Amino acid sequence: MSTGTGIDTATLWFVILALGAGSFGLRFVFLGLIGDRPLPDWLLRHLRYTAVSVLPALVAPLVLWPRATGGEPDPVRLAAAFVTLGVAYVWKNVLAGMASGALILVAGSYWFG
Amino acid sequence: MASQEVKTGFARGVRDGLPFLAVVVPFAMLFGVLATEAGLNVFETLSFSVVVIAGAAQFTALQLMTDNAPVIVVLASALAVNLRMAMYSASITPHLGRLPLWKRIVVAYFLVDQTYAASLIDYEARPDQSLTEKWAYFLGVLTPICLPWYVATVVGALAGESIPTNMGLDFVLPIAFLAMIGPALRTTAHRIAALVAIVAALSLAWMPYNLGLIVSALLGMMAGAEAERRGYFE
Repeated sequence: MSTGTGIDTATLWFVILALGAGSFGLRFVFLGLIGDRPLPDWLLRHLRYTAVSVLPALVAPLVLWPRATGGEPDPVRLAAAFVTLGVAYVWKNVLAGMASGALILVAGSYWFG
Repeated sequence: MASQEVKTGFARGVRDGLPFLAVVVPFAMLFGVLATEAGLNVFETLSFSVVVIAGAAQFTALQLMTDNAPVIVVLASALAVNLRMAMYSASITPHLGRLPLWKRIVVAYFLVDQTYAASLIDYEARPDQSLTEKWAYFLGVLTPICLPWYVATVVGALAGESIPTNMGLDFVLPIAFLAMIGPALRTTAHRIAALVAIVAALSLAWMPYNLGLIVSALLGMMAGAEAERRGYFE
């Protein structure tokens, strides 16, 4: 069973299994080891801001320097991003945010694309 | 009583998870297409998605393997992309840490960006729900997110290059994440954390192996915690 172009089968399976084990380990480390032991207040205080720190940090470079444009800022994508965040924030609604952002993206690509 | 909690929690989870189909399906199909182009067969491609179940890390590993990078570089880079999962694990432990071990193993396996973000928003919005209801919610939210992940990977692998990979599909992921961030910005402290994380991420984008993401996230968390300590929690 050859994988054809370049990646050999043994390497591929080693990467799949090692990456699977590593990823599971990262996801399990606190859930598994801490479980129901109480965490100190200072740590809980930090953990409350995990989602609102990781997701913006992940998304900000993708918004400003999209891979699809080779890293050039793109007015349509920027507009879609701001509208998505604005709608989701004001109406506290994930679906409304995604729908309005997608609308801007589709309309923008149609008119300016 | 308990079965009612299970039903409402599960149904609410499914409902909250459904919009993410619009993200998960194209993203998984794209992985299927690219994996096939890199020479993987359908079984290998599906195994990748089932065993690793982490979109960004899978794309990273695939790209580096295609470039013939050393295995150690492939693993280190892809795991660095996934380091944020350890933060999710810590963040969700106060809510789900009291579950029996096998349930915590299930949660850990299915803990991806979307299931984590949706669950956390729900747990914080309804702080008085029982552990049973939280567990049922998590199972509900993962159903329309993780199961289609496998199916769409296979569809992408089978369809191969007949699927167009342009048309702004690259931006589906940022849109989904931004929509999740919106409702999470509940207090001044949350908004400060997000702002610090954004500024840091844009300033530290030069760091190798995605380390800028981890450092920025930690800075955002510290800023949020400090803001809360000073009373900006309203």
